[in-house]
Amino acid sequence: MASLDDLKKRIASVKSTQKITKAMKMVAAAKLRRAQENAEKGRPYSEKMNNVILNLSNGLSDKENAPKLLSGTGQEKTHLCVVMTSDRGLCGGFNSNIIKKAKSYFSKILDEGKELKIITVGSKGNDQLKRVYGDKIIKNISFKESKNANYFDADKVGKMVIEKFETGEFDVCTIFYNQFKNVITQIPQAQQIIPLNNEGEESNSDESYEFEPDEDEILSNLLPKNISTQIFKAMLENSASEQGSRMSAMDNATRNAGEMVDKLTIEYNRSRQAAITKELIEIISGAESL
Amino acid sequence: MSEEFKVEIVNPEKSFLVKDDVSEVVVPAFEGEMGILKDHISIISFLKPGIIKILSKSGQESYYVEDGIVEFKNNNLSILTSAIFNLADINKSKLQDLLKQAEEEASKTDMNDQSKYLVDQKIDVLRSIN
Repeated sequence: MASLDDLKKRIASVKSTQKITKAMKMVAAAKLRRAQENAEKGRPYSEKMNNVILNLSNGLSDKENAPKLLSGTGQEKTHLCVVMTSDRGLCGGFNSNIIKKAKSYFSKILDEGKELKIITVGSKGNDQLKRVYGDKIIKNISFKESKNANYFDADKVGKMVIEKFETGEFDVCTIFYNQFKNVITQIPQAQQIIPLNNEGEESNSDESYEFEPDEDEILSNLLPKNISTQIFKAMLENSASEQGSRMSAMDNATRNAGEMVDKLTIEYNRSRQAAITKELIEIISGAESL
Repeated sequence: MSEEFKVEIVNPEKSFLVKDDVSEVVVPAFEGEMGILKDHISIISFLKPGIIKILSKSGQESYYVEDGIVEFKNNNLSILTSAIFNLADINKSKLQDLLKQAEEEASKTDMNDQSKYLVDQKIDVLRSIN
């Protein structure tokens, strides 16, 4: 059995860990609120963008000659996957959920004999993927310096993806991120952004639009922007999810630490009592023998 | 009869401006400036760098935009843009920065005609408000 001193030290160390996790939980809660607000504020833009593109592509007269970003290159040989994770750890299953989703997709693609290229956004995803898929990762981007998700960063990623698409480096692009549902639930998502997959979605207006200049030109101007917008949306969802996930992970950790402290305290008190009783017995039996 | 309609400007980070007592909006559309009044036909167009003018009861407001899409439908004007500044808030040094950036971009040789045109436009506009 551990000595009293050891127990005391362990209690102290668990308590200080608890303090840290508690502080982290509170910081995450504050950040979560901001991230959530940002995600909500960003929604109108991506929704409107989606709507306009829907209206445009439905009204497109010449579907054969539609921009490649919309209709695809006509083949599905090379897949580019953009895996978006966080730069920091200690956020529960946040990163591993995305990685798990991505890995199952990767093995599906490789089984089909297609080529795979990976871009990782965020260092945690890169750490986990480079062991198995190290040779497939063509780029790792990290925005450690930026405090919040901002459009400028998203645009950088978007431009890079488009550039690679235009030089024919891949045919299909999918982004992986966590969708924020609530603090406890984040759903890992795989969203295909090139070619844009909006079949089945009906435009909510059957009104015809005037286009200036013509549809093709607007579409070819709009689609690259949409890529950046989708990536930005994913970044916003991701940052809200990260904070939410961290918050619940730290909440659990704090609670577990509390339970541990309780258990250790009982053990400490018991062995202290045992030692006292033992001493008393010794004194009494010593006195009796006199 | 009121001659007012609603305008909404959104950028990726938030809803930038919502106004529902607007009488006229002038946007720098790709093929030239375009004035929009109430009951305009439904239209989608995109913007080149320039100045958006919004006329309402409370007076005129001007915004500098770098790009964007306009959609007008049922007397709702939506402007989606990734870079917008209120001319009243923007100061000289910020303008200078933007101008310098644009000039750097223009000095690159490997760009297509369209982006070249857009960058030239940007420089023109920035010089004119400077």
